Amino acid sequence: MDIFLQQLINGLTLGSIYALVALGYTMVYGILGLINFAHGEIVMVGALVSLAIVKLLLAAGLPPALVVLAGLGGALLICMALGLSIERVAYRPLRGAPRLAPLITAIGVSIVLQQLAMLFWGRNYHSVPVLLPAEAHEIFGARITELQLIIVCVALATMAGLWLLVSRTRLGSAMRATAENPQVAALMGIDANRIIAATFAIGSALAALAGVLVSANYGIAHYHMGFMLGLKAFTAAVLGGIGNIAGAMLGGLLLGVIEALGAGYIGELTGGFLGSNYQDVFAFFVLIVVLVFRPSGLLGEKVAERA
Amino acid sequence: MHARLKLVSLSIAAALGLVACGKEEPPPPPPVQAPPPPPPLVIKLGHAAPLTGPQAHLGKDNENGAVLAIEEVNAAGLKIGNQTLKFELLGEDDQADPKQGTLVAQKFVDAKVNAVIGHLNSGTTIPASKLYFDAGIPQISPSATNPEYTRQGFATAFRVMANDEQQGKVLGEYAVHALKAKTVAIIDDKTAYGEGVATEFKKAAVAAGAKVVAEEHTDDKAVDFKAILTKIKGKKPDLVFYGGMDAQAGPLAQQMKQLGIKAKYLMADGGCTTEFHKLAGDAAEGAYCSLPGVPLAKMPGGPAFVEKFKTRFNTDIQLYAPYVYDAVMVVVEAIKRAGSAEPAKILAELPKTDHAGVTARIVFDDKGDIKNGAITLYQAVGGKWDALETIGGPAPEAVAAATGNMEGMAAMAGMAGAGGMAAPASGGAKQ
Repeated sequence: MDIFLQQLINGLTLGSIYALVALGYTMVYGILGLINFAHGEIVMVGALVSLAIVKLLLAAGLPPALVVLAGLGGALLICMALGLSIERVAYRPLRGAPRLAPLITAIGVSIVLQQLAMLFWGRNYHSVPVLLPAEAHEIFGARITELQLIIVCVALATMAGLWLLVSRTRLGSAMRATAENPQVAALMGIDANRIIAATFAIGSALAALAGVLVSANYGIAHYHMGFMLGLKAFTAAVLGGIGNIAGAMLGGLLLGVIEALGAGYIGELTGGFLGSNYQDVFAFFVLIVVLVFRPSGLLGEKVAERA
Repeated sequence: MHARLKLVSLSIAAALGLVACGKEEPPPPPPVQAPPPPPPLVIKLGHAAPLTGPQAHLGKDNENGAVLAIEEVNAAGLKIGNQTLKFELLGEDDQADPKQGTLVAQKFVDAKVNAVIGHLNSGTTIPASKLYFDAGIPQISPSATNPEYTRQGFATAFRVMANDEQQGKVLGEYAVHALKAKTVAIIDDKTAYGEGVATEFKKAAVAAGAKVVAEEHTDDKAVDFKAILTKIKGKKPDLVFYGGMDAQAGPLAQQMKQLGIKAKYLMADGGCTTEFHKLAGDAAEGAYCSLPGVPLAKMPGGPAFVEKFKTRFNTDIQLYAPYVYDAVMVVVEAIKRAGSAEPAKILAELPKTDHAGVTARIVFDDKGDIKNGAITLYQAVGGKWDALETIGGPAPEAVAAATGNMEGMAAMAGMAGAGGMAAPASGGAKQ
C-alpha cells in the first residue's frame, strides 16, 4: 500500500508538470490549429534564465525567498517575450499558409533555440541551488517532499487561475471567440493578432513556471531538457483532447500517473515478461487505446468550447 | 569600365610576359640554398562523439582530449623522411545514436581519414566499427567498453580502456566482498554500454553470492526515476548498481535520497565524472564508481596532463579526455614507427604498440583490447572522487596494494584465478 501511494505521489508530481506544459500546446492549438513544437524549448529557456538570475542574486547575498521570486519573474518575462517573438517571426507570416508550413517552422525554431541555448549556456549540466524547501515527510509510509507539494499546489492553482481567465474574463471570451471562428470574431471587433499574441504570452508564462519547477525538482538544468518534456506534454495534451484546456490538465496528470504505475507494476502484471523499460510503451499504449475509441482525446468532444 | 578592362588585360599581358621571360632565361643557379621543403603531409584523424544531446558534455571533453594531443604533436613538428607531418582533426557529432554513428563513420570513410579515434559510446562504436573494418581504417575507441566491440573479428578495432567483462567483474566482486552487499538491485539505461556492464556486474555479483532482488531499466534521456526507485525501495536491497552515464546516474542518486533509500550506490565508469557531483548534489556523498586505468594522479604524466588540459580549455576534465589523448598518441606512434600514414601501414604497427600513456601503459592483446587493464574504484567524498584501490593492471605496487586490501576476500581469487588480475585476456576463454 505504501508503495502504491508512493507511486501515486510520484505520478502526480510528474503529471502536474506535464499538465502545465501541455496547457501551452493546447491553448495554441485551440486558437491556431498549430502545434507549437518550440514550446518544450521555452520550458528549457525558463529554467536556464531563472537559474542564471538566481545564481547572480545569490552571489549578491539577497535572501533566498526574494531570489526565487526574482528568478521566476525574470524567467516569466523573458519567456513571454520569447513566445511573442516566435509567434511574430515564425508563425504569423505563415498564418494563411498550408498547415505543414508552420509545423516545419515550429520544428525549426525548436532546433534553433536548443542550439542557441547550447552556445550560450554550454553543454554541461547546471546544478540548481536548493532554495525551495526540500524536506521529505512520511505519510502512511510514503515520502513526499515539500517541493513536490509545492509543485502540485502551484500547478493546480495555476490551472484554476487559467480556467477562470478563459471562462470569466473579457480576454477569455475573446480567446474563445477567436478559437470558434476567427473571421466572425474579427467582425465583432476582436483583434485576432492581439488575442493570439496573448495566448502565446500566457502559454509561455506557464512554460517558464514549469521550467522553474522542473529544474528545482530534479536539481539540474540543461539545454536539452525541454525536448523530452515537450514531447511528453504534447502526448498529454493529445490524450486529454488537444485544444481543450481541461483536457490538457487531465491528460497531464493521467500520463504522469500511468507512467509511474506502469513502471511500478508492469513487471508484476505481466509476470516479469515486460519490465520497467516498457514504461513509455505502456504510456503510449494507453494513448493509442484512448485515441482508437475517442479520436479527439478524452475530453475532446464533450466540452465544445476551446480556448 | 574601359580603363579597368585595359588594366586587367595589361596585367595579364605583363604576367604572361614575365612567365615567358622566366622561361627564356638561362637556368639560374638556385641550389645555393637547400631545395624548398616539401609540403607537409596532411594526416586526417576522425573523431566521433556526441557533441549535442544529453551527453554533449562528455563528447566535448573527448574532443578536447583529441585537440590537445593533436596540437602537441603538430607543435613538435614530427617528420617522416624530410616531410613534416600535419595532423588534422575531423570532429563529428554522432549524437550517441547508433544510426548517426554509422552516418558519421561513412563520412570518415568517404573523407579517407587515416585513422579514427572514437566513438565514445559502445552503442555507436560497435555498428560503426563494421564500416571502418570494411574500409581498412584503424579505429581506436577511447571509451567503448562493451566486450562485443573487439569480439567481431575486426582487425581494425582497438580500445585503450579495459572492457566491461573486466570492469563488471571487479564491480560485482567488490559489491559483495568489500561493500558486503547480500541483496542488489540493478538498473541500466538499455544502451549497449549500460546493459552490457550491468549484465557483467550481475554475473559477477551472483557468482560471488549476492541475490539480485530487482532489475529495472530506464533510458539514456530520462530524468525521472522515482517510479522504478519506489519499486526498488520495496525490495530493500543493500546496494543499487546503475549501468549508464552520469546524466542519469546523478539525478538517480538524488531521487534515491529523496525516497529515503539507504542502499549503497555503485556505478561503472559512465557515472565516474566530475559532473556527477553537480548532478547528484549532496546525494553524491558516499557513492562508489569504477574507472578503467590507474588514477591520473598516480600516472607519470597524469598531473601534468590535468594541468595542460585546464590551461588550454579553462575547464576540468570530465571523464575520457585522457583516454582520447592516449588513443591519439598511440596512432601517432604507430605512424612514426611505420614511417607512413597509410591506414594499412598504421594497422600493421598498432598491434606492436607499447605506449606509456597518461592513463596506463598501453599494450594490445590479439583482439585489440588493452592488456592488463587496471580498474580503479573510487568513492565520492566531499564533492570529489577519492581513489580507493586499483585492481589489476601492470604496476606491481598497485596490484600489491589492491591484494593487500582484499585480505580475506578469497573469492576475489576467483577473479584472479581466472586471470582477471594478471591477464584480462582471459575474457577470450568465454568466446
